[in-house]
Amino acid sequence: MDTQNEYQVDLGNLMAFDPFHHFTSIPSAREELVAECLSNGTELVQAIVSGVFNLPSTEDIDGPLVKLPPPTTKLPREKPLPKPKPPTRWEQFAKAKGIRNRKKDKVVWDEQTGTWKRRYGYDRVNDDADVPIIEAKMTDEPGVDPFAKRVAEKKERVQKNQKNQLQNLKTAAKAGALPSHVQLAATALPITGTLAAKKKFTKDELGNVAGLASTATASGGKFDKKLRGEKPVKNQGKHRKFLPVVEGSGIGSQEKEQTDRVLSKLISSNSHEILNVDKAVTMYNVNKERKRRNQYGKPSSTRNEQGKSSSTPSKLKPNNKPMKAKSFPNKGKGSFSKKGKGSFSKKGKA
Amino acid sequence: MLKVKTPKYGRVKRELEKREPKLVELAKKTLILQGTKTSNVLNTVLSEIYHLKRDNAIRYTRKNDSIRPFESGGETSLEFFSLKTDCSIFVYGSTSKKRPDNLVIGRTYDHHIYDLIEVGVENFKRMDSFTYDKKLAPQAGSKPFIVFSGEAFESVDELKHLKEVLLELLRGEVVDNLNLAGLGRVYVCTAISSNRVFLTHCAMRLKKSGTIVPRIELVEIGPSMDFVVRRHRLPNESLKKEAMKTAKDKLHKKIKNVSKDALQGKLGKIYVPDQKVGEMALPNKAKGVKRERREAKMKNSNNERASKKQKEDS
Repeated sequence: MDTQNEYQVDLGNLMAFDPFHHFTSIPSAREELVAECLSNGTELVQAIVSGVFNLPSTEDIDGPLVKLPPPTTKLPREKPLPKPKPPTRWEQFAKAKGIRNRKKDKVVWDEQTGTWKRRYGYDRVNDDADVPIIEAKMTDEPGVDPFAKRVAEKKERVQKNQKNQLQNLKTAAKAGALPSHVQLAATALPITGTLAAKKKFTKDELGNVAGLASTATASGGKFDKKLRGEKPVKNQGKHRKFLPVVEGSGIGSQEKEQTDRVLSKLISSNSHEILNVDKAVTMYNVNKERKRRNQYGKPSSTRNEQGKSSSTPSKLKPNNKPMKAKSFPNKGKGSFSKKGKGSFSKKGKA
Repeated sequence: MLKVKTPKYGRVKRELEKREPKLVELAKKTLILQGTKTSNVLNTVLSEIYHLKRDNAIRYTRKNDSIRPFESGGETSLEFFSLKTDCSIFVYGSTSKKRPDNLVIGRTYDHHIYDLIEVGVENFKRMDSFTYDKKLAPQAGSKPFIVFSGEAFESVDELKHLKEVLLELLRGEVVDNLNLAGLGRVYVCTAISSNRVFLTHCAMRLKKSGTIVPRIELVEIGPSMDFVVRRHRLPNESLKKEAMKTAKDKLHKKIKNVSKDALQGKLGKIYVPDQKVGEMALPNKAKGVKRERREAKMKNSNNERASKKQKEDS
């Protein structure tokens, strides 16, 4: 898009755009508004016209012709780009072997009649139908009509070619490059687009369906008469088993285990989400503090011989260890409670 | 088993070939249709749009009750019509209490809705109401000029979209050669406010200006109307990317012997054949030599050449 005195001009579309125009005050009367729009439009048209008339022109009977440049404004297509046609089997083969197309004459000299005849089609050269007599050979089988045989052979060749053509069309259809007038479906009109070909059932699939049908009785096919040659069902339907929900020992606990396993798997995969940031931060802070204290308190600990693990100087430490030491030798807790219990119960009874 | 099905008649085949996807596409066709309820104004708008685009448009005059372009499921029959008529722009008119004189302009890609814009028509003035010199009336099918003005066409999203759609709707066929004598009409679109656009159709009067470029005068010939933008739907990005592909992108030929340099710009390499300077005949026509002598020299040289030839012959 070339800018001609601040207008964007697209000569290919004969379009101009003034991106700076605005009304200082929108006129209230319709006529004034229209007049202003038209005066602005005239300037823009003038810009396009000056572009068009300055293009090199050639004289024609109807008037001067100019060659317009292609449009610069990008607009969407209406249909997707055509896809390239895949090569046919013959084209692939010819390419591999380096066979090139040669032009052949449409007409060929026919020596039998001494005239020029078409290579193919009606009244063609070397037409089998023109031969009235076929000489018998020693190898001929008796009782075979050579004319009928020839016709049958021809038919076979035609059929084979049609089969090959269909195959090539199928590959083209797969690539989405089927010629527009060809359709590979028997049911729909060409205009409605191609329908997917009906799926052919395989032998296994049919067997499976037959098996399922035979088991669709009250007894699950147990007492049904088997047909001659009918095979037993290959893929019987799955029998789902559900574990008991009520908790218990043995099989009852399996259900819980199963759910636990699923849960732990989920949790482990999303473990980063479970991380408690606050807790982690406090843990980190505590560790750091401890380290700092360690470094600070080391000289004192050597003096006191209290042990490496003690973090504070012994004087500042709350004196709770001696208490614990007192309580432990008694092995009190258990025995103490027992005593208590016993006494209580006795009291209750009495 | 698949069956190869081909059209029975050549005419059908040609019609199908016209519709197949092409590398370089023809002009888009426009389908003009309406909903169950239309107003008098809208009927005129639709028929006049059809009149202006007569060469490349199809007008459906029946009521369509199942078309609601903006609703899901309401575009099915529209897409079918697009497929049936091979149109890829549609103009759909309907009127309701909520949206009086509603015009939905949209485009399709591969016969599926590509984008939509909904405008209300106001201040409509029909073609008949304009009086002008009938000599100025433009020829049907002539390529129109299209002019947009207003900063809103760039700053406001909806108007930017409307500009593109209007350009596509009005521009007609893309042509290589243009007959300057056939130029005669202009569509003027002006953004009045951020959601209002004034559209009018004018004839052009070419006046002599003393240079090759004539002076232009615009005469309004109608129809003229205001578009008030209502709803719009832009294409999604992937679809847009696919639809914007052109044949040129694909057939980008490598240009030989041309390279680009950041400093020197475009550089070309030219092959100059050996000029064989040694074998070239010198122009033995020095001006300083006197005329007689010059002539004598020429004569001599001619004689020499002749004698040489004779020698060769013998």
